[in-house]
Amino acid sequence: MKINVTINNQKRELEAAYDEFLVDTLRRYGYLSVKKGCDTGSCGLCTVWVDEKPILSCATLSVRVNGKNITTIEGVQKEAKQFADFLVNEGAEQCGFCSPGFIMTVLAMKRELAHPTEESIVHYLTGNLCRCTGYAGQLRAVKKYLGVV
Amino acid sequence: MISIQDYALPATLEETYEVLTAKKSNTILGGCAFLRIGSKKIGVAVDLAKLNLDFINEKNDSIEIGAMTTFRKIETNPVLIKYFNGILPKAVSHIVGVQLRNSVTAGATIYSRYGFSDFITALLSLDADVVLYKGGQVSLETFLEDGAKKDILVKVIIPKTDRKAVFQTMRNSRSDYAVLNAAVSNKENDWKVVVGARPQRAKIARAASHYLAESQLTKEDIEYAAELAANELTFGSNIRGSREYREAICKVLVKRAIMEVLA
Ligand SMILES: Cc1cc2nc3c(=O)[nH]c(=O)nc-3n(C[C@H](O)[C@H](O)[C@H](O)COP(=O)(O)OP(=O)(O)OC[C@H]3O[C@@H](n4cnc5c(N)ncnc54)[C@H](O)[C@@H]3O)c2cc1C
Ligand code: FES
Ligand code: FES
Repeated sequence: MKINVTINNQKRELEAAYDEFLVDTLRRYGYLSVKKGCDTGSCGLCTVWVDEKPILSCATLSVRVNGKNITTIEGVQKEAKQFADFLVNEGAEQCGFCSPGFIMTVLAMKRELAHPTEESIVHYLTGNLCRCTGYAGQLRAVKKYLGVV
Repeated sequence: MISIQDYALPATLEETYEVLTAKKSNTILGGCAFLRIGSKKIGVAVDLAKLNLDFINEKNDSIEIGAMTTFRKIETNPVLIKYFNGILPKAVSHIVGVQLRNSVTAGATIYSRYGFSDFITALLSLDADVVLYKGGQVSLETFLEDGAKKDILVKVIIPKTDRKAVFQTMRNSRSDYAVLNAAVSNKENDWKVVVGARPQRAKIARAASHYLAESQLTKEDIEYAAELAANELTFGSNIRGSREYREAICKVLVKRAIMEVLA
């Protein structure tokens, strides 16, 4: 089926089978920042935004995003780089495989939480797993990035 | 891996029902998160996106939640935060992460009558009804017991009262399924004690609920009611916990929930 979407502010016509999930379609069309981890809705690695909301692209059928706005990390590069600098400074990245999904969730959180606290940050990020870091460095980085003391 | 042969986006409930019942393998799409991890061979995937079932409406004497409402909407909705001590937002807020909650839907969850569900346990403590396209309006309790022939769950209706309700859950880790969950509510001494993820589906502990209504609600009464709940309900074992463990946890969660309702 043909689907018309806007990806990172660019209108595109994509072809996707009825049972293809968004992570696979996006990767097929070259959006390789979108990673597939668990493929069961548990790890958050495949996070992208649909109409500005973070969703799991491994659990979203491509046909259902017809007419919608999709954002991958390629579409928010400047902001992503700003936050990535905080991650690097806190030594909060190892293999980096979880980073695109994690950063997309952090940037969505920045837009959504008016007054972030350590507790609300941890709650918001619960769906993003990282096998390497142990989360302490990530939390430090997020708090510094958002100015939470 | 699921497979889908065809896709339909009907504009009316009538049309949806026609497509759904035309063939056994035709299947409604909720948020798709659970369908995704199965291996169902779907004939026509029926998308409810055009039916305007994504709503939380406050009426004079009820609150209605549409089938396609996501858990994130339930978690952040001011009306649901305000009523019943915010039990519904609190119950769904433990489910995995924001991204999953931006997709999974109320209708799919209830229709599937999942044993592990946090949402169903909380909802069952609120005298809720479900509305099915063909089956009409039935109490959630009846629906959970009897299920439905192939149908469309349209919405949930919750009486808007000053019922105070509390949700408790025990999890091995933050984003895991519950080992056990419990909800206790009270309105003018009409108590409801509900326990779910036993791992069977949520059930009202009748004896415990009646006992609370008739007792003086002393510390001993609360403990006895929690004991009654653990005795009258059945529990099972799975990878998250044994039957014995769940039984022990039940007493603790029910006791905590009663105390919190009384606080
Ligand atoms: C990784 C993961 C972890 C989870 N952890 C938890 C947890 O800890 N606690 C918890 O409570 N829940 C948990 N869930 C379940 C989740 O909260 C939802 O209950 C579940 O995903 C179903 O919602 P859905 O919208 O994804 O349904 P779908 O997968 O789209 O549909 C499920 C079933 O419902 C049917 N259906 C959908 N909508 C309707 C309708 N309106 N009428 C009739 N039938 C319908 C579909 O045909 C399908 O058979 C988890 C799910 C996942 C994927
Ligand atoms: S790959 Fe999507 S949640 Fe893990
Ligand atoms: S840095 Fe390796 S998984 Fe997160």
